[in-house]
Amino acid sequence: MDLPHHGYRATKPRARAAPPTADSVLFEDTSSAAPAMNSQGYYTPGYNMGAPTSDMQAGTGVDNLFTDPMANAAMMYGSSLANQGKDMVNKEISRFMSVNKLKYFFAVDTRYVLKKLMILMFPYTHQDWEVRYHRDTPLPPRQDVNAPDLYIPTMAFITYILLAGMALGIQKRFSPEVLGLCASTALVWVVIEVLVMLLSLYLLTVHSDLSTFDLIAYSGYKYVGMIFTVLCGLLFGSDGYFVALAWSSCALMFFIVRSLKMKILPSLSSDSMGTGSSAKPQFRLYITVATAVFQPIIIYWLTSHLIR
Amino acid sequence: MAFTLYTLIQTAILCTNAVAVLHEERFLSKIGWGVDQGVGGFGDDPGVKAQVLNLIRSVRTVMRVPLIIVNSACIVLLLLFG
Repeated sequence: MDLPHHGYRATKPRARAAPPTADSVLFEDTSSAAPAMNSQGYYTPGYNMGAPTSDMQAGTGVDNLFTDPMANAAMMYGSSLANQGKDMVNKEISRFMSVNKLKYFFAVDTRYVLKKLMILMFPYTHQDWEVRYHRDTPLPPRQDVNAPDLYIPTMAFITYILLAGMALGIQKRFSPEVLGLCASTALVWVVIEVLVMLLSLYLLTVHSDLSTFDLIAYSGYKYVGMIFTVLCGLLFGSDGYFVALAWSSCALMFFIVRSLKMKILPSLSSDSMGTGSSAKPQFRLYITVATAVFQPIIIYWLTSHLIR
Repeated sequence: MAFTLYTLIQTAILCTNAVAVLHEERFLSKIGWGVDQGVGGFGDDPGVKAQVLNLIRSVRTVMRVPLIIVNSACIVLLLLFG
């Protein structure tokens, strides 16, 4: 019915006492306005006009619920309990990873996702690969199409698992354990790749600003190619699979080399010492090329068993 | 090659154990990988060998106690559940 729903929406904006003001203005935190706007037909981050009007409607329609003191007290208690739980969870999680840094990677919008997917599949016409900065902090993905994000890799990973289940189901080889096995295999390969990259960057003392999340993002972009390959394999048979594999491998290798070149091979004017640096640009190039060559191998490894 | 998460944990434990049992004076010094042989060049780029030696020494220092705990837990679990 409408009434409990309005009651839920009326308490929700009140329960969020203060939006976190520690975020910089670059990523506007639209999460506090989002639940109030969910029932509207559209999704526009950054428009806050929808929130106050829906609060008014919710306030007038819910008076007869709040005249009941027991329900009132129970709702207050419940919301304060939920707040305490939320604070505790946030505190525990922020001990392991910085949630602000993670929020940066999910600050995406539709236009960015579409452009990024097009670049991943056809990177040859993209001109400017520099990640733009704003006073020493990198711009969030909403404002810079070259910034890495974690939204596309996460969604592509989940889509890949679902697609693998569907492909196995079509060939009558499906069982729920296989789905879990496929998911954990793909996850383990990502972890291995990120660890090897981190280890090689550490051993060769490459002072780049690639954080762990950046590497996870760049490793996760191959799932988009995998999805495209598996789809073509399912639709067009074995020939379509190999054609799509070749196309997405070339596109992904080009993308990885161009993206990582900016970060790993820095401007040579800053560290142009003569003694130690003669071997270093070579090794950095090796790392970039090895990462790029690894992508088609892993795409083939993880998808060939789905297309027999 | 199907990996489960358990395989990943097992691999991590085995690799960390392997790095942690490299004894300093019985083995590493004999092959020229001791602590005193790592810090060669003073400058901003230590080089691959110094980084590797640094890594081995830090893994040994940091992971000694957690590895004891994790290995004991593994032994107990393997005894109980095979």
